[in-house]
Amino acid sequence: MFHVPGVPLTAVVEQVEIKKLHCGDNMILGFSIGGGIDQDPVQNPFSEDKNDKGIYVTRLTAEGPAEKAGLRMGDKIMQANGWDMTMVKHDCARKILTKKKEDVVRLLVTRKSLEEAVKHSMGKCGPWQQKDTTYNDVMQ
Amino acid sequence: MDTESNYSGYSYYSGRSRGSHRHRERSRDRHKPRGKDSRSEKSVTINAAPAEPLLDDSAPGEQVQDDNWGETTTAVTGTSEHSLSQEDVVRITKDLEDSVGLDCRRYLTLTLAVVLGLLVFLTPLAFLVLPHLLWPEKLRICGTACEGLFISVAFKLLILLLAVWALFFRPPRAGLPRVFVFRALLAVLVLLFVLSYWLFYGVRILDSQDEDYQGIVQYAVSLVDALLFIHYLAIVLLELRQLRPCFSVCVTRSTDGETRHYNLGQLSIQRAALAILERYYCDFPVHNPALLSASKSRAAKHLAGLKVYNVDGPGNNAAAAGLAHSQSRAMIAAAARRRDTSHNELYYEEAEHERRVRKRKARLVVAVEEAFTHIKRMQEEEQKKAPGDVMDPREAAQAIFPSMARALQKYLRTTKQQHCHSMESIQQHLAFCISSSLTPKAFLESYLSSGPTLQYSRDHWLARRWTLVSEAPVTSGLKDATVFLLRGGDFSLVATSRKIPYIQMSEEYVDPKSHKFVLRLQSETSV
Repeated sequence: MFHVPGVPLTAVVEQVEIKKLHCGDNMILGFSIGGGIDQDPVQNPFSEDKNDKGIYVTRLTAEGPAEKAGLRMGDKIMQANGWDMTMVKHDCARKILTKKKEDVVRLLVTRKSLEEAVKHSMGKCGPWQQKDTTYNDVMQ
Repeated sequence: MDTESNYSGYSYYSGRSRGSHRHRERSRDRHKPRGKDSRSEKSVTINAAPAEPLLDDSAPGEQVQDDNWGETTTAVTGTSEHSLSQEDVVRITKDLEDSVGLDCRRYLTLTLAVVLGLLVFLTPLAFLVLPHLLWPEKLRICGTACEGLFISVAFKLLILLLAVWALFFRPPRAGLPRVFVFRALLAVLVLLFVLSYWLFYGVRILDSQDEDYQGIVQYAVSLVDALLFIHYLAIVLLELRQLRPCFSVCVTRSTDGETRHYNLGQLSIQRAALAILERYYCDFPVHNPALLSASKSRAAKHLAGLKVYNVDGPGNNAAAAGLAHSQSRAMIAAAARRRDTSHNELYYEEAEHERRVRKRKARLVVAVEEAFTHIKRMQEEEQKKAPGDVMDPREAAQAIFPSMARALQKYLRTTKQQHCHSMESIQQHLAFCISSSLTPKAFLESYLSSGPTLQYSRDHWLARRWTLVSEAPVTSGLKDATVFLLRGGDFSLVATSRKIPYIQMSEEYVDPKSHKFVLRLQSETSV
């Protein structure tokens, strides 16, 4: 899941659709993010590779919209509403997720268990029964 | 090459010595007890033949240190505290010629030194005076220039005289086994130098009866200048060369393992040994043989536990030697196999001893503090008012000593220090503490911890005559991994030297503006 410049990044992702919850004046999604290209990747407890500067889900509100939608703690957010989240600043990521005009946020997240699940299912059923889309990202 | 230089027992003065000083010491030494004969003879014989095979397996050599050696000698004579008199040492040595040769050598070096000194001092004066004596009418009188040169010669000679005295003629601190190489070389250099000047003087001036007196005076001045430069060389060789540390010498005492590390410059082995001994007296805690008796008794118990029976009957000598070897092997194997509980005993014994010492110390501290409260320093005005019952420090010490004497004696006995301090010395110390207004804790400090050897009475200086044992010749310089032994009394000091390495340093320039820092954050935002 770590991006090496010039090498295409392949990851198995899951699409998570979260409806924002109205809480008073603002709309919340029910999780916290950490990471970003302007942050210190070494302190990220969820990343496999400590040079990974992606956006990770660090906290999840219990029974919040994110948890109900299937988001889990430690997930790496690859894309949010079409916007890339693998190479963004922390504040940019926050802005993308908290746009006032959007009610719904569609995230593409990846976690380690997804990769294993795909391998497992490929072994059993065959290559054309993949449940999740394979995310291909070619970065220059 | 094994060179055991035993000559130090005869206390050589390297090059220079005071005749009268030596005579006085001799007559004083004559009155000292002669108990050391058998000890030294014993030391010679023990060195030659190894002791029991169990303890000494190696070939006999100077480096053999028999565990029981100290024990045997102190048991035999009991007078190991007194230093050896010169008469005893001279008698003990088998080589009579050597003793006669020694005296000759000492006197010879002294006379040589004095003769050389006189020659050096009188030569410039002779150069100046001879023309006036031999051909006074032919000499051209020179005025102020010559007078200036006379004054300079006079002052330079005075400085030379003082400097030579300071460097060569002060009373020596110690007697070393071999002659001091640098001094001998310098003496030879000075002699050659002066002789060559005389040669030129004789040929060019005396023979031709030169009339130019100013030239002669300048010749004499150049001689004195050159002598001053040689003296400068002497200072560098004798004093300055050894100041910069080049070697780190690790000195270990053989009996209890006390170790110190000293930094020495480039010295010969004998001078390094002298430097180490001087520091030994100042740094090492005093050697207390009573503290070693516990480990010796444990070692004896180990050996006593096993008995070896010779089942095969007596054989010839060759077999017996092999038998002794196999016997010792068998004993070691058996000792390793049997289940030994001596470590248990040691542990409990040490714990018990620790407890006893602490209890005695507590009683002692209380007794001393109480005793000190009875003494109060009188002020000036009070002294005039009550002249009676006023004591000086000595009487005050004698007054309060009995109340703490018992506790102090018990404590010293428990820590096995009782022979280091006599009643007299304790009372003296107490009087000193009272007059300096020291607290009881300060008074006790010298009894709670053992100080360096110099602090104790002369008896405990033990060996003032030391033997330097080394494989390399003692006038050769210290090198890396030189090992030598200093034997004195019933223990010895093992010294190992290590050279300070050559350091290659390179530089790196750091621009003060290059110190830049970034903040490493890991923030968490909830969305």
